[in-house]
Amino acid sequence: MEEQVIKVEKLTKRFGDFTAVDEISFEVTKGEIFGFLGANGAGKTTAMRMLCGLSIPTSGAASVVGFDVYKQTEDIKKNIGYMSQRFSLYEDLSVIENIKFYAGIYGLTNKQIKEKSEELIERLGLHSEIKKLVGALPLGWKQKLAFSVALIHSPQIIFLDEPTGGVDPVTRRQFWEMIYEASAKGVTVFVTTHYMDEAEYCNRVSIMVDGRIEALDAPRKLKEKFNVSSMDEVFYMLARGAKKAVI
Amino acid sequence: MKQFIVFIKKEFAHVLRDRRTLLILFGLPVVQILVFGFALTNEVKNSRIVICDYANDESSHAIIRKIEASEYFDTEKITLSYSDIEKSFKEGKIKAAIIFPLNFDNDLQHLNKAQIQIISDASDPNTGNTINNYLSTIIADYQRQMMDNIKIPLRVTTEIRMLYNPQLKAAHNFVPGVMALVLMLVCVMMTSISIVREKEMGTMEVLLVSPYRPILVILSKAVPYLLLSLVNVATILLLSVFVLDLPIVGSVWLLFLESILFIITSLSLGLLISIRAKTQQEAMLISMMGMMLPTLIFSGFMFPVENFPLPLQIISNIVPARWFYIIVKTVMVKGLGFSAIWKETLILTGITFFLLAVSLKNFKKRLE
Amino acid sequence: MVELNNIRKTYNKGSVLAVDSVSFSVSEGELFGLIGPDGAGKSSIFRILATLLLADSGTASVNGWDVVNDYHKIRNNIGYMPGRFSLYQDLSVEENLEFFATLFGTKIQENYHLVKDIYVQLEPFKDRRAGKLSGGMKQKLALCCALIHKPVVLFLDEPTTGVDPVSRKEFWNMLKRLKEQGITIVVSTPYMDEANLCDRIALMQNGKIMSVESPENIIKDYKNELWAVASPSMHTLLSDLRQFELTESCYAFGDSLHLSFKTKNENNRTETLQYLESRNQREVEMKKINPGIEDCFISLMQQ
Repeated sequence: MEEQVIKVEKLTKRFGDFTAVDEISFEVTKGEIFGFLGANGAGKTTAMRMLCGLSIPTSGAASVVGFDVYKQTEDIKKNIGYMSQRFSLYEDLSVIENIKFYAGIYGLTNKQIKEKSEELIERLGLHSEIKKLVGALPLGWKQKLAFSVALIHSPQIIFLDEPTGGVDPVTRRQFWEMIYEASAKGVTVFVTTHYMDEAEYCNRVSIMVDGRIEALDAPRKLKEKFNVSSMDEVFYMLARGAKKAVI
Repeated sequence: MKQFIVFIKKEFAHVLRDRRTLLILFGLPVVQILVFGFALTNEVKNSRIVICDYANDESSHAIIRKIEASEYFDTEKITLSYSDIEKSFKEGKIKAAIIFPLNFDNDLQHLNKAQIQIISDASDPNTGNTINNYLSTIIADYQRQMMDNIKIPLRVTTEIRMLYNPQLKAAHNFVPGVMALVLMLVCVMMTSISIVREKEMGTMEVLLVSPYRPILVILSKAVPYLLLSLVNVATILLLSVFVLDLPIVGSVWLLFLESILFIITSLSLGLLISIRAKTQQEAMLISMMGMMLPTLIFSGFMFPVENFPLPLQIISNIVPARWFYIIVKTVMVKGLGFSAIWKETLILTGITFFLLAVSLKNFKKRLE
Repeated sequence: MVELNNIRKTYNKGSVLAVDSVSFSVSEGELFGLIGPDGAGKSSIFRILATLLLADSGTASVNGWDVVNDYHKIRNNIGYMPGRFSLYQDLSVEENLEFFATLFGTKIQENYHLVKDIYVQLEPFKDRRAGKLSGGMKQKLALCCALIHKPVVLFLDEPTTGVDPVSRKEFWNMLKRLKEQGITIVVSTPYMDEANLCDRIALMQNGKIMSVESPENIIKDYKNELWAVASPSMHTLLSDLRQFELTESCYAFGDSLHLSFKTKNENNRTETLQYLESRNQREVEMKKINPGIEDCFISLMQQ
């Protein structure tokens, strides 16, 4: 029996009359790379916020690493990592200051911080750059560093919010290789994106349209099912009918 | 021309659709005037004063009766030593003390000259000064009555000792001060922020690429804020006349013309800041620190410029608000005409041309 | 229509090289794509062409006008859509369009035929403030505003970044229709999959152009054979293949790995499968595939 680290049952979030997330249900297995796709406004961000313990659902049930999203949000936050393209690292702090800051807010002891940061710098080959400001690093390095920092407290799940926009194809692949590596070590990876090429890397993807999950399967199976050659086309066929996303 | 009008319409839309801007623009002058105004009048009414009547004679009694009749004072008649008076001041119990020396009436009748000492708490200079003025007026009033009765001129001289802040400035100075402050705030901060916002949003790029000339971009930014600032001047003047009972003695038109000059000075300053600043926060900080504080400190509105050490006095000369403050005070309070303020006007015009020249020279028709 | 000769641009007093002797030309009526990651120098090239930046050296012209001397003529006759959303968020859809039309000395009605296709989609929301539109709608409005004065060339800097796939597709369809109406379009994108929609593309990396060709020719120029390999354990498969002696390069491409060999050899496939079996890889699938633009980009980057 595989361990389910995320269990979602009819999860719903309403803002007044507007139903942002409409009775979604799914499960994510330990070590899986799970793609959470949808157009702008389809409800991805709202759903992810609920899973990260940042927003309380209106109804339905969900647990993340065994903790309830209504009552145990603090426990959830301790056991997940989060990285987004928009905000992750402080550009005006140096590499090592960023690492120490994040290690610090997750409550690692000084000894752990020292060990972890040395290990991280070693792995990324950032030795000569540790005193450099993050703002001066190339985008690709920033992303790799951000990803490693998000894993510094050894979370069981890492949430990635549109992680790889705008980098060159080689750097992007190096980034995904890091994701594969983390997944091979048993970290569950939850990726939200609306870039379909990113979706192709996932073990399974769900596609949200108007707050509902319209499809959920391995990319290959979805392509077979819709009889198309890319996830882009799968997404296009599903999302074309959306009402809210268009506005 | 049509482009110019659309641009100005757009600027008004920005202002009218943003509640915060509206609040700063129109709420601020009203609040400042009312706060300054009422804080001042409330303090002076029912001020507690003590009277030490060492004389205890006819004349001193007459004056004391007059003071007691006034609505401004709560009086207490006690005989105290000087040290007791000082103690009361320190405890903040009293605002002023009036001391009639021994033989007051006698001196008045025979030497034709007598002294009253008024000691007032000038830690709040405006209040202290107002109390002094009221008391002096009452005493002068008594003197006049006496003169009507007796042919020989009798003189009561009041000896005023101001504690804590010996050289205080006259009250009611705050209306010109608030005018300088509000115009500075609205023009400098609002224009610089609104230009920098276009840079931040990326719309400046599109504007530059359009056939609309960069110089016109600036002009169309300036016009709406000039108009809005004039509304502010009118608001402040109306409030000071009808709510604070401070009449405009001089020419209203002259006042408005001078205000327009000062607004243009401020707009050029805002423009200069917008060229330097890259983000809205930066523009706001520079406007606040670089403009507001000097206006408060160096204009003479809060602190008398004459008391500054020489280097600071020299610095105060380049603060535009200082000259505008003098102009407004001269026209509004003293009621003098242009001949009294031509020098200040000339200086202000000079500063304006300098600022405009610098900022137009630095304005870029490209991105860097 | 658009010409660049040895354009070079540095920032921070020469310490950051953004554009490194770039030359290319775009013919009239062409849909030309600048393809490359962030920091490749795409935006700098756009700003130089839009007369917003001065190049350190080299010359450039738009419709025969020099970008330095005739900047005023260029500004009157091009449409430019900067990288980030650059309309007034607090003005409504209609107000924005009207504002930009007047700014360029024209009326909406005059060139309505150009924007009609796009504007009909926006019309139901014409009173809505631009800031309240979705990403895709904002880009459509920005395109309308850049088009309203009937420019001879349209410069679009990353118009589809941050826009969802459906809107992206619609946006490219619009570009195709504008091209049919004879407007020259220069567009940039970090997404390789959009390259196929252009007539010709320039692949850019670190301020340099690696190749300027039609997408078909760029793919034709890819000399190596390319294989897609997949197994249930992608992570170990990747490291195994990287260690394999015949491997030239191996990269993850979605649900499979793209593999190229050092030499062309009939036995490459069999040898690879044998090697993988020796490394305990099960259920390995391996088939020959045609390269995409992204494969070409990676291969060009490594040259």
